[in-house]
Parts: sequence; structure tokens; C-alpha cells
Amino acid sequence: MYISLRTAPARREGRRPPGIRTVSSTVVTLGVVSLLTDISSESVAAVLPLYVTGMLGLSAVAFGVLDGLYQGVSALVRIGGGYASDRIGRPKWVAFSGYAVAAAARIGLLFASGFGALGLVVTADRIGKGIRTAPRDALITAASRPAELGQAFGVHRMLDNIGAALGPFLAFVILLVVPDGFEIVFAASLSFALIGVVLLGVVVPNLRTRPPDARGGSAGGVAGGIRARRARVRDLWRGPMRRVLVAAGILGMLTIGDGFVYLVLQARSGFAAQWFPLLYVGTNVAFLALAIPLGRLADRVGRARVFVLGHLGLLAAYVVAALAIDDIAATLLCLLFLGAFYAATDGVLAALAAQLSPPETRGTGIAAAQTVVAVSRFVSASMFGLLWVTLGREPATLLVAALLAVAIPAVAVLLRPLLRTVVS
Amino acid sequence: MNARGKWAIVAIVAIVALGGTSAFAWSRWTERAAAAPGGAGIAGVGTWAGGDRIVFRNTAAGAGYGHVASVALADPGGARAVDEDVCDRLDATPTRLACIRSVRGIVPAATADLLAADGGVTSGWPLSGVPSRTRLSPSGDLVATTAFVSGHSYASAGFSTQTTIHRVDGTQLGDLEEWTLLVDRSPHTPIDRNYWGVTFVDDTSFYATVGMTASGTTSLVRGDVATRTLRTLTDNVECPSLSPDGTRIAFKRVTGGAPPAVHWSPAIYDIATGDISVLPESRSIDDQIEWLDDDTILYGVPRSDTPGDMDVWRLAADGSGAPSVLIAHAWSPAVVRG
Repeated sequence: MYISLRTAPARREGRRPPGIRTVSSTVVTLGVVSLLTDISSESVAAVLPLYVTGMLGLSAVAFGVLDGLYQGVSALVRIGGGYASDRIGRPKWVAFSGYAVAAAARIGLLFASGFGALGLVVTADRIGKGIRTAPRDALITAASRPAELGQAFGVHRMLDNIGAALGPFLAFVILLVVPDGFEIVFAASLSFALIGVVLLGVVVPNLRTRPPDARGGSAGGVAGGIRARRARVRDLWRGPMRRVLVAAGILGMLTIGDGFVYLVLQARSGFAAQWFPLLYVGTNVAFLALAIPLGRLADRVGRARVFVLGHLGLLAAYVVAALAIDDIAATLLCLLFLGAFYAATDGVLAALAAQLSPPETRGTGIAAAQTVVAVSRFVSASMFGLLWVTLGREPATLLVAALLAVAIPAVAVLLRPLLRTVVS
Repeated sequence: MNARGKWAIVAIVAIVALGGTSAFAWSRWTERAAAAPGGAGIAGVGTWAGGDRIVFRNTAAGAGYGHVASVALADPGGARAVDEDVCDRLDATPTRLACIRSVRGIVPAATADLLAADGGVTSGWPLSGVPSRTRLSPSGDLVATTAFVSGHSYASAGFSTQTTIHRVDGTQLGDLEEWTLLVDRSPHTPIDRNYWGVTFVDDTSFYATVGMTASGTTSLVRGDVATRTLRTLTDNVECPSLSPDGTRIAFKRVTGGAPPAVHWSPAIYDIATGDISVLPESRSIDDQIEWLDDDTILYGVPRSDTPGDMDVWRLAADGSGAPSVLIAHAWSPAVVRG
């Protein structure tokens, strides 16, 4: 493994022996915080439909409605989280507040009894996720050597996805041992969230993302400093980040979401229909297995390149899903491609955005890139719904695949100035 | 604080949190074990059969929780016979029980099973989601099931239902989404259409709900088994239940709130005239209504103080009188005559 558990935070480039591939212990700790938080949220998410119907005696119709709401709220909050961490110059406590909100929502879960209360809890959870993502990624950047940023994000995303895979497993084991033991699942969820928050608060160093202001220090709030920072935020759109945001937007518009891919698979394949709840886990496992290798590859050959070429994985997943060659093989192959796509784009995009934005606006830069992706994917999913109606399942999927096949080289041209930049 | 001190804090929090959770889990587990002294109080299998009974899911805490139970139609408040079988939702005829249930395991699953009067499973098939509704046709030859297909992660795949109709031998007559939907007599195929809450007229036709996820609208449809078509009749008539005399449909009607916290009231739709009357019930009712007789409807209401416990309430179908509890600690009632 490439992980070392040393207590030193960011190490200086000159001091480390060449060739030893390690990531900062801060990155590992942040990964473990995400792992614990994901165990917490995914264990609840896995049993929530059962709980709502079986214990609360409600039909789960409203779940679909909730989802659209989150997307908007989450995007707004995310930019806010990134901007706040830039303003303060120390992202740790901004990220902490996001994790804390989600943990507090778990306490509410122990007492929520109606659908409205449950909706509030779930929404608070999503808001917490929105707040924490960009500052946390800014922390990962601050704690890592620029040359190994892709690998650092790879390590973090791998740990994050281990949590996402363990959460549902834990929940169903609890329900297997204690039938209808939903409160135990909720209590366990709260425990893991709490441990994650304490781990972040106590162990993760309060790293600076920008040098202290020359005049008056970082807490001074000098008007000139704020103006300068605002100018730098505007620079985000002027510099090379603009190309990345446009590229991420174009590719995001052609990312219909794994939900639809699973539905195509389910309709075509008896295997996929039978194992529907596990398709997501399969993608997760592929993601976590490939996160570090593809992150390292991005460090070596360029993050923009891996980000763009990673969409070939998505393209392959569309084609395999629509053509359905052989039931089980096609399904597994499809999940592998999807996982590879996420591994090549999720952490790598954060690394790319971090690489291209100056330390003063890094949080905002990362948040902007992630928001563009989230919003464009949401639009994409809605539009794909319409295509599905007018063209039918497989033709719609193949059409998006064809558009993606055109978009990938086009975006590669757009990002050409960045393709050769390995390290800023 | 040095590194060792910091990790000590994390370790203490972890031990306290996980220890507390384990203690809580242990107490719940022993509570359950103590409440189940060798299954006392469970009468056997097929105790629901024979007719002139109300069959339901028992939600009284203890060994029989979640089991099929029944009371005499003539004495609904009397002693209940608790069966060995466990169901989430059910419907019954004198000789047959349709039982949909979730199966616990590392990979969660759900099944629909048809039980004979001797308690044996005559046929069964997997459901692709959380069990929600089931209804038998009056003859008992057809069975409809609705399951919530929830993907994962707070349903990021979007919510959908799957409603299928089977013959009692297990032959599938199709997922309703594969059938032709006629809106104002012309075929219509919105992607986000979902079906739920079938109520049978006979072995050839039924009523159900079609809902559009995107717009949030619902419509009453009448389905024809032979031609595999569904025709929309009227809007905002959700989760229908046909009266024994076949003249009216009891359903849940959206009377307030906004998604996701919608307020549903029980209401009656007159098939001949199209008139709709909302019944006097102040609580939100999220259930497929059952008819006790031509003048009285039944529905389940969750107890707000105890998650997982419900009561079956009765209400006059003409709106006279207030709702009252018919069977305490009960859910998913099926009135079986004959």
C-alpha cells in the first residue's frame, strides 16, 4: 500500500526520500473521517425505504420528490462552503461544521416519527454534505505535495467508498440479528458520525490554505484584502479554470447518472433485476479498487487527460448497457466501466481544480467544478428522461453514447493547453 | 495537546459511542428474546382460513409481531388467532392468502407468496422492492402486488413502483408498465409513470392508480386483463378500493400539504355519477382502504408514539359519524366472507 500513518502533516518536497510513495497522514485521516461518515449515511439510506413503509406505515412515494430538492440546495451550499473556507483561510472548521450538521441530523433520526421530520433529517444530511465537500478537498490539497495530488485524492476516495460499501452491509446485518431493529441502525449511524466528527475536530491539523495577510493578519478583515480576494474569485473564470468548468459542464450534460444505467440493465438482464440493490455496491467496489491507480496515473500523465479519457469508461458503460451482450458478463462489465469512470473523474477533477486555482481561492475553485458537475448531471438526467419517452430505452442510451463519443475528442481539444501540464 | 492525547480522545469517544450502541442493541435483542417464550400464543398455520373473519398483520409487541392474525367478523374486538406466517401486507379469501414480505439477509429481498388453507406455499415469486400493496381478485384466481423499487442512496435513481398481476399458479400477466396506457383514448407512454394500488372488479378487469413522478399527478385507471390496456378515468383518485356492491371506490385523496408531506383524506368516488365526497377524518391516511361492508370502510393508522405499531380504524362511508378503532395493534386488514 501507499498509505503511511505518520503524524507529520504536509511534508516539504525537498525533505522526503525520492521514490517512496506515501500520502500525508492528514489525507488518510480525512479519508477515515469520510469512511465513518459514509458508513453512517449509507447505513441509514439503505434501510430508510423499509423503515418508512414497514415501521411508519407510509408509502414511499415522496422519496422521488425529495431528490430534486437536494440537488439545488446542495449546489448552493457547496459554493458557500468553498467560499467560506477561502475567506477564513482555514478550511478545517468549515468542513467540521458540515460533518457536525450531518451528525446532528442523526440525533433527529432517533426521534423523527413522521415523513416530514424524516425529510428534514435527510435534507440536513445533504446540506452537511454540501458544506463539507469543498473545504475538505481544499484540506487534502493543503496537506499534499502538488505532484501527488491525484494519488492523495485517490486514497481519500477509496476510503470514502469503503465506507459507502460497508454502511448498507452493517445495516442489514443489524436487521438480520435484531428484526425491526431500526433504532439500532440509527444509533450505530449516530455513533459512526460522532466518531468521524471527533476524529476530524481533534486529529486533523488546522492547515492554512493561504499565507497570512501581510497587513493585519488573516482575521483582520481588511477591506483591501477582501477586495483582492474577490478579484481572485473572478480570476477563476478568467484563467485556465474556465476551460475546465466548461469541459466538466459539457461532459456532465452527457452523464445520465448510474440510476438510469441500472434501469437499462434491469430491463434487459434478469441478473441485473435480481441483484438490483447490489448494482450500486458493484460500481462502488470498482471505484474504490481503481481510485488510487487512476489517481497516480493522473499525477503521471496529466489530470486533465485522465479526466477526459475517464469518460471513455462512461461511454463503454452506456454501450454495454444498451447492447446487453450476455446477462451476467455485461452487467459486471458495465459496473466495472462505471467504477472506472468515477475513479478517473471524481477525485481527479478535484485535484485538477485544486491544481489550477491559487491557494487563496482553492476552496471556491473546487466547489465551482463540483457544482458544475452536479448541476449539469441533474439537467442531463432530466433531459434523458424525455429522450427515454420519445426514443425508447436503448435508442436513447445509444444516442447519448454517440454524443459522448463526439464530446470526448471535442473536450480534449478544448483542454489541450492543459493536457500536457502534469504538475502546476 | 500531543498526538497521543488526541488519539486517546478519539479512542474514548469511539469506545463510548460503539459501546453504547452495542449495549442498546443487546438490550433490544434480549427484550425480544424474552418476549418470545417458545412462540407461545401462536396458534399454528392456516388459522386465518374458513371465511367470515378479518385477517390482518398483527402489530402487538411480542412473539407474534408481524405475524398474520385474524378475528371473527362478528367479534372484531375479540381474541385474535395469531398464525405462524409473517407478512408485511396481505389479502385473503376463505381458502387463500396473498402475502408479501421482506426477507431479511445481507442482500435484502422481498417475495410474494400465495398460501393455501393448510399453510403451505402454493406459489411465490421475488418482488423487486419493498412490499407495499397486494390484492386478490374476488375469485382468488388473480393476485396483484405493488413494490417500491428504491435504488440506493436516498433514491438517487428516482423513485418507482412495480405493480404486477399474476395468476395464482404464479404465471405472470405482466408488469403494468408494459401494458398500453390510454389517456383520453390515445396511447401514452410517459417514462415516469408508475402504477400502484390495484383493486379487482373480477378476473378480467380492475382499477389502479397511475402516477407521474415528475408532475406529481395521479389518475384512476381501469385495467383490462385480456387486452392489456389501462384507461384513465379521473384525476387525484389514488389507491382505489372497490366497494363490495361494485358501485363506489374508496380511495385516498390529496387534500393538503405539499410533497413530500402530503395530507391524504379518505374519500369516496361514485362510479356512476363521478361524484367525490371527502370523509370526515382529520389525520392523513396513507393506506389502501378496505371495505368492512357496503356502508363502512377500514384503514390502518400508525400510532405516533410507537413506531411499528398501528391500529385498524373504521369509518362510515357516507360521512356520518367519527372514525373509531375497530382492531387495535393491527395493519393491512382483509375482510373475508363466505
